Amino acid sequence: MSSVDYQLVVGLEVHVQLKTLTKLFCGCSTTFGAAPNTQTCPVCLGHPGTLPVLNREAIRLAIRTGLALNSTIPPTTKWDRKNYFYPDLPKGYQISQFDQPICQGGELKLPGDETSSPRTIRITRAHLEEDAGKSMHDESSGSADSRIDLNRTGTPLLEIVSEPDIRSAEEAKQYLTELKLLLTYLQVSDCNMQEGSLRVDANVNLHLQRGDELVATPIVEIKNLNSFRAVERALVYEAQRQREVFEDTGQRIGEAPKQTRGWDDNLQVTKVQREKEESSDYRYFPDPDLVPIMLPESWVTELKSDLGALPAALRERLKTEFGLSQYDADVIVNQGPDMVAYFEAVASNLKDAKRASNWIQQDVMRTLNDMEYSLADFSIKADDLAKLLQLIEAGELDNSRGRDVYQWLLDHPGTPEEGMKALGIASVGSDDLLDLCKQLIGEHPSAVSDFKAGKKQALGAMIGAARKLNPNANPGKVKDLLSQLISHED
Amino acid sequence: MTTGIESKDVLKVAKLAKLQLTEEEVKRLVDELSQIVGYVDQLSSVDTTNVAPLDHVLDVTDALRDDIVISSLPRESALSNAPKEDGETFLVPPVLG
Ligand SMILES: [Zn+2]
Repeated sequence: MSSVDYQLVVGLEVHVQLKTLTKLFCGCSTTFGAAPNTQTCPVCLGHPGTLPVLNREAIRLAIRTGLALNSTIPPTTKWDRKNYFYPDLPKGYQISQFDQPICQGGELKLPGDETSSPRTIRITRAHLEEDAGKSMHDESSGSADSRIDLNRTGTPLLEIVSEPDIRSAEEAKQYLTELKLLLTYLQVSDCNMQEGSLRVDANVNLHLQRGDELVATPIVEIKNLNSFRAVERALVYEAQRQREVFEDTGQRIGEAPKQTRGWDDNLQVTKVQREKEESSDYRYFPDPDLVPIMLPESWVTELKSDLGALPAALRERLKTEFGLSQYDADVIVNQGPDMVAYFEAVASNLKDAKRASNWIQQDVMRTLNDMEYSLADFSIKADDLAKLLQLIEAGELDNSRGRDVYQWLLDHPGTPEEGMKALGIASVGSDDLLDLCKQLIGEHPSAVSDFKAGKKQALGAMIGAARKLNPNANPGKVKDLLSQLISHED
Repeated sequence: MTTGIESKDVLKVAKLAKLQLTEEEVKRLVDELSQIVGYVDQLSSVDTTNVAPLDHVLDVTDALRDDIVISSLPRESALSNAPKEDGETFLVPPVLG
């Protein structure tokens, strides 16, 4: 079928590895990439007789995230055991939070862009839990066994669960992009998808209009979504698939058990996984090893005052204080807090903040990209760029000579003025400029008469010639002076 | 007192706990579980309308530790209790998909 006659309905569960030095319940390091099974202890190996002791920093990061998502932080929170067997879960249960999550409710505002308007996605909850280990199965090795690495076991995860408010694959991507940006600003997670510090599951179904009736298809949970692109593609695929299955079976929500499917990135399809155990089969119960945690209001208030500027507020600031467009504000804020600080430091020294925005987007970001630098490694500090752009603003340099100085600054230590000197760029005095223009007018009689006849672009050839005669002559100034002189000739 | 525990309930719990039970054991567990659930039912008859739920029996909260790395086990020790290992990882029957 061609026309889309359904509404996609999506809720996302995002597992975020918190940026703590140690695991949730033991002092083992959480550093990524260590040799297998070198970051374990009796607690995270699940040996009998050991006792978990909670990491305060994990609580702090979870509350920080909750506050940024406008969640309610309850006065107390507690721990529950989620029971299931899997080789990467040595205890036979995961310590998680069932009925008293650390963050309750909340919302994430999507800023919108050229094609979509701003939207608010409600957050159901966010709870803390411990990560499992990694199992590796190499079929080509011919070994019958799977290999288990328990370094990751016990790493703190915050699972952020959205309401089913997301209405398209594109919107799912926007939600994830905005959430990742927020978490980056909060410095609660590295959000590195390659290293698995941000993992996504999607709950998906369709709403179809059938006469007067709104019909919902059975909910499918999609796992193994390892990139935002995979999320987008899996949702597009799954919508089509559910639409076709509904045509065949007519099955509605409640008429089939909730299915778990995995995204196969090579084949670009979702495939059925083991039927999800009913949630009651996890036999959650309060963990007797762990006491409840009080979250005093004074602590929460202190953490709230310490949140710092977050993306939504910064976009507004760049728009209202610096006059940037939504698009430009977005581009700069999306680069992270360092770039926002860099922009503000440059722009506040200029008459026109838009000039700073253009140079940062066209030159600074390209350089960082090409050289795979972070802003911290970048040799042109905000003061230097500000000075360079001030020189351009004052007409001492045109944009093209400005780029020469920019390049010089990349390659040499020194100031923009020193760069100008080294490149032999001297600002041309007004007498020299006048002589130059008079010479040009004498040498280009036909261009002069064309200009007089109303052909404004006739000056182009003369400006080009000016560059050859004196590369330091500012084309803007040459143009202004030429048109003044010619207009006053008669 | 009948609690309605049947052998199918015992078998379901046994399956979740990965336990294989003989018919005899199932029978015995139906009786034992019935007694336990019966006891809990008796507790449920108390009116707790105005009693806050008890999440933990200890009158202690906030047993927190600072985020400081302590040394982990040497790998040989970590792997030493495993029925099967390859010097780097634990080996288990194949985990698929
Ligand atoms: Zn440990």
